[in-house]
Amino acid sequence: MCLAIPARIASIAEHRMATVDIVGVTRVVSLDLVPEAEVEDWVLVHAGFALQVVEEEYAKETLELLKTLPFFEDQEPLLAEGA
Amino acid sequence: MDLSGFRDPTIARGLIDAISATDTGPVKIMEVCGTHTVSIAKNGLRAIMPERVTLLSGPGCPVCVTANRDIDTAVALSQRPDVIVTTFGDMMKVPGSYSSLSREKAEGRDVRIVYSPLDALTLAEKEPDREVIFIAVGFETTAPLIAAAILRAQEQGLTNFSVFCAHKTVPIALEALVNDPEVQIDAFILPGHVSTIIGSQPYEFLAEQYKVPGVITGFEPVDVLQGVYMILKQLEEGRSEIEIAYHRGVMPEGNPTARELVERVFEPVDADWRGIGVIPGTGMGIREAYAAFDAAKKLPVELPEPKEIKGCQCGEVLRGVILPFNCKLFARGCTPEHPIGPCMVSSEGSCAAYYRFTDYGKSDASDG
Ligand code: SF4
Ligand code: SF4
Repeated sequence: MCLAIPARIASIAEHRMATVDIVGVTRVVSLDLVPEAEVEDWVLVHAGFALQVVEEEYAKETLELLKTLPFFEDQEPLLAEGA
Repeated sequence: MDLSGFRDPTIARGLIDAISATDTGPVKIMEVCGTHTVSIAKNGLRAIMPERVTLLSGPGCPVCVTANRDIDTAVALSQRPDVIVTTFGDMMKVPGSYSSLSREKAEGRDVRIVYSPLDALTLAEKEPDREVIFIAVGFETTAPLIAAAILRAQEQGLTNFSVFCAHKTVPIALEALVNDPEVQIDAFILPGHVSTIIGSQPYEFLAEQYKVPGVITGFEPVDVLQGVYMILKQLEEGRSEIEIAYHRGVMPEGNPTARELVERVFEPVDADWRGIGVIPGTGMGIREAYAAFDAAKKLPVELPEPKEIKGCQCGEVLRGVILPFNCKLFARGCTPEHPIGPCMVSSEGSCAAYYRFTDYGKSDASDG
């Protein structure tokens, strides 16, 4: 349930709300928990918040892996619904 | 041995050989994280372990360990006409004593699935005349988000947003399992994302006081294999430490900002774990300073006595006393389509994971 998905920060707006791309879906997530995060950083995203800044290499590996996990299918509608 | 399911069969092969080459007596290793359970079931890792190594699933899915009483409370809240209940999708189908949120929704209550607690805040802004309650379950990974949402609601001066908090914390629950005479655990595979927040320090007492080693690892099959290998190495050498096999994602100190927010908003309270019972200090209560956002205080509900589901052995599954297959209802009456217990509802529940990747789940077994 607390699966975190890597995403890259495209831009940061007011109140540290960032636009990120999560597996092809654009979402706005809060950077409240990662004060150090900057544009272009990779972050682990869980339920609308970035949890941690991670290395690009790790983020990409994780994304590959996520596509193979069964419950990821279950998450996709959640991701897709209203960006 | 068919290793085609591994993204890197050579690494997997090397790790399996290294595991086999360790020299230990019988070892029981519990994975605490639902994502690990799925990875182990999906990749058939139990079957490729040497005979002396048993992998057990633990209480790793926050949905599964939510007690009936907490679900009953969520149901009762949803029955109030002045309330909109919001929650993560996983919670909808979990049966409480008498009903579930999805059943209430079908009967016309306003229950909505949200992707983030922030969506619940937005809804509260749009519906000023109704109380928007977020039903919060989850471990340390999710708690900081709830804390941040509460702080945001306060900043915005929202008076119609509150949280029903059934959050739980992992490390002390593991101590309860180590002390449980029915379960015998020699080591833990520790959860990756929980540890992203809390780091490795909070588990250290397990290694020091109880001599039970643990390895924090990611959820790729080779990550799990590496974790098992590191555990067996420790046992072979007579060490017990908390190690991180997942350095790219977990810092020893975790995420200090997230920990600070959690500390500010929550205080440790007793928590009722399904199947395990009350474990002191493993719950998260909303501090008095934020009582205005605490649904339990704002809208107290009267509940009938909670009732356990007849024949359901989720409690034993969650403690690693039995494997999902050993439950009499497994695949006979209890399936992901018609779940009887929560371990079959949640996609990360042990029973659902085992059902999906064995012959029982024929229709499901080929996907993913
Ligand atoms: S670490 Fe996260 S994903 Fe894994 S079981 Fe725990 S809560 Fe779920
Ligand atoms: S098979 Fe169903 S009833 Fe039995 S332990 Fe699993 S979820 Fe519970």
